[in-house]
Amino acid sequence: MMSLLEIRNLSTYYHSRRGVLRAVDMVSLSLDEREFVGIVGESGCGKSTLAFSIMRLIQPPGEIVEGEIIFSGKNLLELNDEEMRRVRGKEIGMVFQDPMTSLDPLEKIGDQIVETIQMHEDIGKKEALEKARELLESVGLPGNRVNYYPHQLSGGQRQRVMIALAIALNPTLLIADEPTTALDVIVQEKIMNILKKMTSEGRSIILITHDFSLAAEKSDRIVIMYAGWIVEMGDSKKLVNDPLHPYTKGLLESVPDLWLERRIKTMPGLPPDLVNPPPGCKFHPRCPKAMDVCRKEEPPEVQVNGRFVKCWLYGV
Amino acid sequence: MEIIKVEGLKKYFPVQKSFLEVLFSKELQFIKAVDGVSFTVKKGEMLSLVGESGCGKTTVGRMLVGLEEPTEGRIYFKERDITSLRGEKRREIQRHIQIIFQDPYASLNPRMKIGEHITDPLLIHGIATNEEAKRMAIEMLERVGLVPGEQFYNRLPYQLSGGQRQRVAIARAMVLKPEFVVADEAVSMIDVSLRAAILNLLMSFKEEYNLSMLFITHDLSVAKLVGDRIAVMYLGKIVELGEVNEVIHKPKHPYTAALLSAVPSFEKRDLRVGIFGDVSNPIDLPPGCRYNPRCPFAKDECRKAEPELIGTDRHSFACHYPLDIVVE
Ligand SMILES: Nc1ncnc2c1ncn2[C@@H]1O[C@H](COP(=O)(O)OP(=O)(O)OP(=O)(O)O)[C@@H](O)[C@H]1O
Ligand SMILES: Nc1ncnc2c1ncn2[C@@H]1O[C@H](COP(=O)(O)OP(=O)(O)OP(=O)(O)O)[C@@H](O)[C@H]1O
Ligand code: SF4
Ligand SMILES: [Mg+2]
Ligand SMILES: [Mg+2]
Repeated sequence: MMSLLEIRNLSTYYHSRRGVLRAVDMVSLSLDEREFVGIVGESGCGKSTLAFSIMRLIQPPGEIVEGEIIFSGKNLLELNDEEMRRVRGKEIGMVFQDPMTSLDPLEKIGDQIVETIQMHEDIGKKEALEKARELLESVGLPGNRVNYYPHQLSGGQRQRVMIALAIALNPTLLIADEPTTALDVIVQEKIMNILKKMTSEGRSIILITHDFSLAAEKSDRIVIMYAGWIVEMGDSKKLVNDPLHPYTKGLLESVPDLWLERRIKTMPGLPPDLVNPPPGCKFHPRCPKAMDVCRKEEPPEVQVNGRFVKCWLYGV
Repeated sequence: MEIIKVEGLKKYFPVQKSFLEVLFSKELQFIKAVDGVSFTVKKGEMLSLVGESGCGKTTVGRMLVGLEEPTEGRIYFKERDITSLRGEKRREIQRHIQIIFQDPYASLNPRMKIGEHITDPLLIHGIATNEEAKRMAIEMLERVGLVPGEQFYNRLPYQLSGGQRQRVAIARAMVLKPEFVVADEAVSMIDVSLRAAILNLLMSFKEEYNLSMLFITHDLSVAKLVGDRIAVMYLGKIVELGEVNEVIHKPKHPYTAALLSAVPSFEKRDLRVGIFGDVSNPIDLPPGCRYNPRCPFAKDECRKAEPELIGTDRHSFACHYPLDIVVE
């Protein structure tokens, strides 16, 4: 079976005076229909850049330098702008991390949802407005909030308007970039149920989050990114119970868990400068298991019991 | 000593209506965003504020720092009434009261270098010369993990990821060494590994110069980690307030218990206190306890009388039928 999304050797760089910043560095990843995948990784590791690359929204000085992004059998990187515009929204929807990428501060949110719906569906204004109210209610906002401007909403309410906008078109693939950072757990649960329900209706979800426990609880598969690489990827439960990559282990240990009476461990060191990443394994300066080879050569990408891992510990 | 004291704070916003609704409605309606909130923050204390999205947390924070005028109630900073302080007098104390804004995308000026966001307050308040300010900014950037600081200093906001921007916002607030900070979801986009480091950093500020904070967060594990006490808000009111371990392990209010039940965790607890439906409309509040339509324990009394916040300094709650549970 062909997967819905197949990313092969994707690299996205930002050019600057200091040099080339490799935000996404030879990433390969596939996603099936009905699959719910969580992408987890430290701030600045390239998660949003990966999402923007799939949407083909990378702006100069950023550039997709190589790779393929095959979605429903077509290579998105070969589509012209008009074809790509048709893919966005209806086929691949996105909830942006930055609310202002999708919300116009000067327009009432109801009108914004109506416009989005009418752009893709041939329905009257009244009907679209009714639909907008329903959408807002489905994400837990009173329907009369259609009359509000974005700045009159709380942070979490704005976030939910963006979710409503993205699900309005019921896209085949929904990429949600930190969609619940401003939401309490009860509302978050509600939103997650909406996403889950979409997968049961044949849609696929990519959830980008720094919340490891959320990703573990909701997604079928977890992708761990570090400094532009995917360093581990596999079934959520197995990955959490038995992390292979030293970074994944460190990440798990630093999760503050409400019910665990321990001081959280902090991972030593900081994420690398992506313009001048360390040689060999980019994680080696922070890795408690680093060996000589790790400091010199890029680690191999291997499969261990159906799990993808990029680390010399599992090398040949 | 109390650094901040709030009494009966209220903020009502006029309801936005469509053109037709305006034509045909007789009266002005209000969203009761904050509806009678009282609390204190002691010197060196971290008070965590949690609650449902839209319950009024940011509005409380904005009133504390003077960005929003209260409809009713008083705010004291070191026993001085600052509720309606404006202009020059406001600016004098503003240096000591800082806010880290919730949305790091909206709070940075897109045309200003990252470093200038941090040097600006230093220069405005006449604390440092240009050169000193730059050095302090770079040092601060490195402390929040934006290394090399020199390089981040010269970048523009759009070149930073969400979590990186949040750290700029933290650096900007902290560089003035304020006495009181409202941190509004300040670490929401910062991943766990770095978050621990940032939280430790905030703790170190607390130790270094006895910083006090109102720490607004939707994340209970963070609230627990950072806070000495926790306040739980629901629809514009504080429904539970107490020492962290009291509130987390012996929740009295059904809303607190419902929140605790919904936390994603690797260590699942058997706590399963439910909640019905969606949040009520803050325009038409239900009579009695405002939580009653969603509360699995509501009885007649709850639909009649509004419960007051009662209890001790260690633990108080506003509920007619408080829970009696212990969550280990
Ligand atoms: N327009 C840009 N120009 C230059 N560098 C950029 C630009 N956008 C992002 N970067 C850099 O690329 C790297 C990856 O950024 P990205 O936004 O993809 O991170 P992220 O994983 O989404 O982080 P977060 O969790 O903090 O949102 C970061 O180091 C960031 O500073
Ligand atoms: N300028 C405004 N005009 C009208 N209503 C407003 C305005 N600002 C806030 N509100 C309303 O007041 C209520 C409380 O908002 P507030 O931002 O304080 O919530 P919050 O608890 O911070 O929520 P979140 O966790 O989602 O950030 C919301 O219902 C919001 O829509
Ligand atoms: S390759 Fe080496 S340095 Fe990198 S994670 Fe594995 S053991 Fe650590
Ligand atoms: Mg991002
Ligand atoms: Mg808020």
